[in-house]
Amino acid sequence: MTNLLTIAFTAFFIENVLLYQFLGICSFIGVGKQRKTSLGMGLAVVVVIILAGMSTWAIYRFVMEPLDIGYMKTIVFILVIAALVQMMETIIKKLSPALYKALGIYLPLITTNCAVLGVAITNITKDYDFAEMLVYSAAIPLGYLFVMYIYAIIREKLELNPVPKAFKGTPIAMIVAAILAIIFSRFGGLI
Amino acid sequence: MNLKEARDNFLKGFIKENPLFVTVLGTCPALAITTKVENALGMGLALLFVLVLSNLLVSLVTFRPKIRALVMPVRIPVYIVLIATLVVITEMVMEAFLQPLYVTLGVFIPLIVVNCIIFGRAEAYASDHKPVESMIDGAGMALGFTMSIVIMSIFRELIGAGTLTIWTQGEADVVLDLRFIFDFLGITPIDMFQKPVGAFVTFGLILAVIAAAQNAKAAQAQPAAEVKK
Repeated sequence: MTNLLTIAFTAFFIENVLLYQFLGICSFIGVGKQRKTSLGMGLAVVVVIILAGMSTWAIYRFVMEPLDIGYMKTIVFILVIAALVQMMETIIKKLSPALYKALGIYLPLITTNCAVLGVAITNITKDYDFAEMLVYSAAIPLGYLFVMYIYAIIREKLELNPVPKAFKGTPIAMIVAAILAIIFSRFGGLI
Repeated sequence: MNLKEARDNFLKGFIKENPLFVTVLGTCPALAITTKVENALGMGLALLFVLVLSNLLVSLVTFRPKIRALVMPVRIPVYIVLIATLVVITEMVMEAFLQPLYVTLGVFIPLIVVNCIIFGRAEAYASDHKPVESMIDGAGMALGFTMSIVIMSIFRELIGAGTLTIWTQGEADVVLDLRFIFDFLGITPIDMFQKPVGAFVTFGLILAVIAAAQNAKAAQAQPAAEVKK
């Protein structure tokens, strides 16, 4: 149990996917401008990473490992993720048009979000069992959502502030991320 | 295509359409692995291999009208499979011959599959240009990206650790130890630049310098334009 808690805490705060591992930075810069879009993207990422983590882990453990074709994991995982995202899009569109309207536009972007493939591969390289994998695959995207939302709030406020001309747009966004990274790196002292 | 066009095509990736600093693509590896110059060079090398060949393959499968009509509706999965195959080859070669570098770069080697630069070039350039042009474009873009991450890593390693690790794979051992400069000035390297924080700060500052240069250029051009009126 402590083991699982440690994994969850580390993945959420200390080795935060955005501020420590640098996965999914493209969406961070692009979508993290507004609270609404950041929340939509964050939630979509949570759902996709958990499902992708489970399916890729199962495929690796029960199919690829017995057949000894572990070296194929990059190709297999990216195809599984692409198929999964496509499937989710279709299912959500059919079942809940309202949810589709909220999350739909972010779904195609997620296939190329490095966080998804990154988590799937980390699950394998760290040799997690099922419970650990599940905790890790949930804590990472929740950390993503958390940081993305804070970041969007800061950037919304920043729009109203006078920023030096050269720092407008992405440069100041990077500096804000740096300050957030300092704060999050301090959580390392807790473990 | 004459020589001048080919040259412009190659050089545009360095300054005018630099993938990292101008179009801000491929930021994940640029922020994550630039703690050492060596890592940046290794990443650049891997990307060069994948991007040149992926541009070639994409342009080959979309070159002839008949095959193009077949591929276009399902082009995203086709590109993914082509790119992933190349990445797996890179992964295997690096694991075999550059083991320490492969370990340091870790998850970022398989993540080349989802690098926006590769998809971006496939979609924006290689899918409607000839194979040779696409390869030149890929080489220019990859080397432009390599240049950018090497600049970032020089900045981060020099200020953060006081050394420049150029290449230490296999027999080679090229490390420039510049800590004597810091000793001479009576200061210590700023460790922060080796941490994730330093990545964001470095990237933000470089982008700001580029924006400032562009603003200055625009301000210079504007009075001249007014005079013309």
